[in-house]
Amino acid sequence: MQHNGIPYILGFCLAVCLFCAVVVSTSAVGLKDTQELNKELDRKSKVLAVAGLIAEGAETAPAEIQSLFDKRVKSIIVNLENGSINEELSKTASTYDQRKAAKDLELGQDAPKHPFGVKRIPKNALVYLVSTTDMDGEGNGFELEQYIFPVEGKGLWSTLYGFLAVGPDFNEIKGLTFYAHLETPGLGGEVDNPSWKKKWIGRRVFGPEGSTPDQWDGVKVRVKKGIAGSPDEDPYYVDGLSGATITSNGVTHLINFWMGENGFGKFIMETAKNAG
Amino acid sequence: MAKTKEVLLDPLFDNNPIALQVLGICSALAVTTKMETATVMAIAVIAVMALSNLSVSILRNYIPPSIRIIVQLTIIASLVIVTDQILKAFLFETSKQLSVFVGLIITNCIVMGRAEAFAMQNPPWASFVDGIGNGFGYGLVLLFVGFFRELFGSGKVFGMEVFPLVTEGGWYQPNGLMVLSPAAFFLIGGFIWALRTWKPEQVTED
Repeated sequence: MQHNGIPYILGFCLAVCLFCAVVVSTSAVGLKDTQELNKELDRKSKVLAVAGLIAEGAETAPAEIQSLFDKRVKSIIVNLENGSINEELSKTASTYDQRKAAKDLELGQDAPKHPFGVKRIPKNALVYLVSTTDMDGEGNGFELEQYIFPVEGKGLWSTLYGFLAVGPDFNEIKGLTFYAHLETPGLGGEVDNPSWKKKWIGRRVFGPEGSTPDQWDGVKVRVKKGIAGSPDEDPYYVDGLSGATITSNGVTHLINFWMGENGFGKFIMETAKNAG
Repeated sequence: MAKTKEVLLDPLFDNNPIALQVLGICSALAVTTKMETATVMAIAVIAVMALSNLSVSILRNYIPPSIRIIVQLTIIASLVIVTDQILKAFLFETSKQLSVFVGLIITNCIVMGRAEAFAMQNPPWASFVDGIGNGFGYGLVLLFVGFFRELFGSGKVFGMEVFPLVTEGGWYQPNGLMVLSPAAFFLIGGFIWALRTWKPEQVTED
């Protein structure tokens, strides 16, 4: 057979390309549902882990994650510009892609100038509300236990993505976790060390225990150099990560940013005012 | 069948793609901080290499010589994308850690090297076996490197605690070098040295 003629070569190319295209697109389309489900489960299990409802890193059955999430967690979408709840978007909160929204021209905006490494922020952001008791199908029986805010910001090498959980007073920290980062393992990578994350529990974000929003003066909690005392002695400080000053500062900055007025600050003030 | 066995086992020690041919080093540095990722990566490479060798070999008498490289590349790239999709669907956690490196199997010199050097001249079955054999040769080095890096870098093997870490109340101070890429260089170097001491005929003369 003549294998060097141009018509043959073109025909061969076409056939190979067509065949490969069919194989690739079949696999992409056929597996899409499973992949989407994986992503959703992944997100939900992270929220449940920071809320303390499932053990972190433990293998939890997908069905259990779904039912726990449905019973104990409400997702709302908050307008960061005025602090109100965006009812329209909240209906579709389960499919809201915040990172995509931040990059979108319409749905996101440039972050105000600051040194914290967040370049784009979404106009609307997800907040999870965790209940102490199980809800029924219509969302009745909701007993607010904590708010969970998604946070992100720059460390040394990478952007840290995580969740900060606070009590109903927005002041007491219930937990902090980072689920994606590329910091140096053993140094900055210790941000996801369970024993360091535990040190956050019980610290205060804004002011002393029992204080109200009108007494607050900005975000106080920060990672300090060296070792901090117990939450009672040192309510605003958490042990620094040794050998990882830049990552530690990154964590301070990102909490500062997201709990401050450019992040969830307006929502916090708004909600606290309405409640009290 | 003797030839099949030879084709399958030869790449493990006698003609190891990483140790002797020094191909595929980049991914061997990147995915070997943990045994789990190293294993999944090795399986992915074995699958891609076996299937690409098989398809290239079936087509070998029809591929026009002037565009053979690009045809091989198209086949390999398609297989890699399919593998990536399957990992994302069924091994989500691991696929997140492997991130771009599954996609980069396309650029893994071993895959294309075997397609060009072996599958273009040999019948489908032998090529298929050659793909599996070379995949195993690659996987063997990956697991070797991964074992030491995970054990000394994080005190674990396959995620199971072996040495309790100081940070978690144990006694072992992890070796930070092991979790960084250069450690893989030292380990691969050590592997090559051990192999060439065992089989002196692999030593290259200057």
